Amino acid sequence: MLTVKILGSGCPNCRRLEAETRAALDAAQPSIAYELIKVTDFMDIMSYGIMTTPALVINETVVSAGRIPKAEQIVYWARQFQQQADQA
Amino acid sequence: MAVKSQQATLARFIPSGKDRRNFAVLAGAAVLWWLAYSNLQAAANLLSYDLLGFDAESHLGSSVNFFLYDVPKILLLLSGMIFLITIVQTFINPERVREMVSGRAEGVGNVVAALFGAITPFCSCSSVPLFIGFVEAGIPLGITFSFLVTSPIMNEVAFVLLLGLFGWKVALLYLASGITIGIVAGIILGRLKLERFVEDFVYQRQSRNNRAHGLDEHLTWTERFERAIASTRDIVGKVWLFVIIGVGIGAFIHGFVPEGALTNIMGESAWWSVPISVLLGIPLYSNAAGIVPVVSALLDKGASLGTVLAFMMSVVALSLPEMIILRRVLKPRLIAIFVGVVALSIVITGYLFNLVV
Repeated sequence: MLTVKILGSGCPNCRRLEAETRAALDAAQPSIAYELIKVTDFMDIMSYGIMTTPALVINETVVSAGRIPKAEQIVYWARQFQQQADQA
Repeated sequence: MAVKSQQATLARFIPSGKDRRNFAVLAGAAVLWWLAYSNLQAAANLLSYDLLGFDAESHLGSSVNFFLYDVPKILLLLSGMIFLITIVQTFINPERVREMVSGRAEGVGNVVAALFGAITPFCSCSSVPLFIGFVEAGIPLGITFSFLVTSPIMNEVAFVLLLGLFGWKVALLYLASGITIGIVAGIILGRLKLERFVEDFVYQRQSRNNRAHGLDEHLTWTERFERAIASTRDIVGKVWLFVIIGVGIGAFIHGFVPEGALTNIMGESAWWSVPISVLLGIPLYSNAAGIVPVVSALLDKGASLGTVLAFMMSVVALSLPEMIILRRVLKPRLIAIFVGVVALSIVITGYLFNLVV
């Protein structure tokens, strides 16, 4: 199970990132199990060391900040973290 | 090892096979773009006078022609320029800017911060993380403000519209004055020693030093192009309607308001016009895309350039939503001083323009 976090204070781009991340991960085959958490508090956002929002965090690692990555890219990251979890 | 990593760094900038194909596609697109752009006036004349049969001398005819020429021109310019600007932006991110700025002295630091502020895309929802990120790295308040002031003043859409409607001289003046305002306002705010008006938690935060990892991206040219196309689509998709409405109003003014009608109200002779325009602009929160075409028509009718530019900057740089967001890290007194210093700098710039141009 991946923990996916969307960091952002609720601006239009943050909502778009959330929607596109869900769409990308839900469409992936074989399926990816994940839970999505929205982080909207500034102090929590800042604790990830980023300076631009929205940011995408998978298993506590920031993978993108200040932009909306492409669906394939999101799925690629998710697979990498899946593999890491399997090996551990 | 060192040689290897140097090679890797270099390899990032050298186009690969796929990149080269995309460069060729891009060159083709640029030629088509140029052909379309250079034939716009002829096409607009053909459409409005020959095909639609409007009289070139009539108010309505001149309005329609203005509209049919300006809308496609601005949309073409926007698409082309936003594409180029985004390519430049893929080489910069705020984390990198922070590294460039930190440790620099007042003056040099302000200049560097303002220069980067001008090219970094601005989103008001990022201003708080940016602010905290800078302060946390030990960057002085004044230098942080140089960045925070220039970033919203320099709006890429406004820049492109000025370029399209007034020519490159005015566009460059806008760029130069935006950066100057950022430098000067930052130095003044830095000298005022306002640290006590920053919300306490900002300084209490111990830098946990967990910098975001995995963000050092190795982008290929193809990826840069893809991002540029995505952001062009995004921005043009957001502003095209404003451009049409704005040019529509501009076309009406162009055709129906008599020449010189605004000379007394917005012309150089009226000394109060600059401060009034800036004051009017503060609560207005508009899209640069809608405001510049109107402004250009006003200028045609006798409003002066400085007044009009001051108005535009105050609309894009100072906005209520932005203040509300900044309130989370700044105490009200500092927000008031911030607005005051920026507004004053814009007023002075407006007067300078009126004197020079």
